[in-house]
Amino acid sequence: MSQAAESDLVERLLDGEHRALARVITKIESRASGYRDIISDIHSHTGHASVVGVTGSPGAGKSTLVDKLAKFYRDRGETVGVIAVDPSSPYTGGAVLGDRIRMASNVGDMDVFFRSMSARGQLGGLSTATSDAVKALDAFGKDRIIIETVGAGQNEVDVVKTADTVVVLVQPGSGDDVQMLKAGILEIGDVFVVNKADMAGASRTVAELEEMIHLRDDPRANLDTGHHGHDAFDDDHGHGAEADTGGSDEAADADSEPPSWKPQVVETVATQGEGIETLVETLDDHYTYLTDSGELDEKARQRAAEEIRQLLRSDVGELLEQELDAQGGVDDFAASVVEKETDPYAVTEEVLEPLRDCLGDHDD
Amino acid sequence: MSADSEQQTIRCLIAKVGLDGHDRGAHVISRAFRDAGFEVIYSGLHRAPDEIIQATVQEDVNVLGISILSGAHNTLVPKVMAGLEEYGALDDTLVIVGGIIPEEDRPGLLEEGVDAIFGPGTPMQETIDFVKENAPERT
Repeated sequence: MSQAAESDLVERLLDGEHRALARVITKIESRASGYRDIISDIHSHTGHASVVGVTGSPGAGKSTLVDKLAKFYRDRGETVGVIAVDPSSPYTGGAVLGDRIRMASNVGDMDVFFRSMSARGQLGGLSTATSDAVKALDAFGKDRIIIETVGAGQNEVDVVKTADTVVVLVQPGSGDDVQMLKAGILEIGDVFVVNKADMAGASRTVAELEEMIHLRDDPRANLDTGHHGHDAFDDDHGHGAEADTGGSDEAADADSEPPSWKPQVVETVATQGEGIETLVETLDDHYTYLTDSGELDEKARQRAAEEIRQLLRSDVGELLEQELDAQGGVDDFAASVVEKETDPYAVTEEVLEPLRDCLGDHDD
Repeated sequence: MSADSEQQTIRCLIAKVGLDGHDRGAHVISRAFRDAGFEVIYSGLHRAPDEIIQATVQEDVNVLGISILSGAHNTLVPKVMAGLEEYGALDDTLVIVGGIIPEEDRPGLLEEGVDAIFGPGTPMQETIDFVKENAPERT
């Protein structure tokens, strides 16, 4: 594809042509030649949308919730872009992308742009592809962008981390799941949604989550106890009626601290649309917090840094692959390693030597 | 692994249009396409032509497979084709139709722009090969 055709495509995307947006995302997904120029061209047009990442175990109701969220935003007059990531087969590369099936509330509404993407077995490439696709939707002029992914592994965690606000969906009665999620997914959630809240065990799951958030976010819990103890000591000398003093002191302390975000737990029944309004309010609150605290800019910088690193890693990897081929290919090296003629570290040193020579000046 | 190693994957939308609850065929095709290495998006049952058009345009699929066993193909297929045309998606989407399509209706559908019709008993490999050979490239 020629340079002119690419800038024409970008032009049409910025003009709001759906087909052009769809094609740009295809190019991003397939790493088609020229996709980098496209991203460079649209980059300056991005930064207007708020991005929400939704993750959770399979069957938790992510797609249904995303559908209802999109509908709510549309009713407020905002435009929505959705990127739904599904796993692909590591053997054939094939995939069945089934999230679209739940998007029943936005039928025929072209202002909801829904796109399914599959993890095409790229090492760390999925998060790059997703954040580039988010850029395309942003430049197109979408107000709200939702990224949906199955919270299974590091790859998916990296994907939702490209969002401003991360929503983690939990099913009632999934005590074991919560335990399992504790270490990974639970740490990245800004908002936790207990979906299917009409099911038995929902309130228990809410309580478990709140306890976990409390433990996670309040490392000073013990110090506060000490504080209370001190107050209690004072109270012994005064009147029993002043026992509340400790509480108000604490409130005053909190006021003087910079704003902080305590993850919220929201109950929803996505199929009925219950709790969606509360969820949207919570999401808006979080976005306001991000803006007021300056964390939004900080996050943007972190994301940009991560993107640069990711691209450098993959580009350098490609250069080294070429260098490896130029020096006789990996198979010969591998064979001599097995024959104990050399070892992997020595081979690495050998292959890297020209690179080191080029960059050597920095080390000295 | 390079970020730019081009990965052309065939994307398909398997669509059930109209009031037709027979989805076994669509499921079997979806699965076979997946195993052939395609990315398959399944529409689900009872979709309106508008939904299929929206999905085809937004997902930028190379192939749209419409499954109809209700006999309403002469009404529904032209609506889908007109919508694809409206959004500029007709030229670079391979449209195939499967299900129960009487012989006398086939020329009409092909004239509407349908690329191929596969009836009951078509070997799976024949459909897969047709898609591999004819799916428009995205370059």
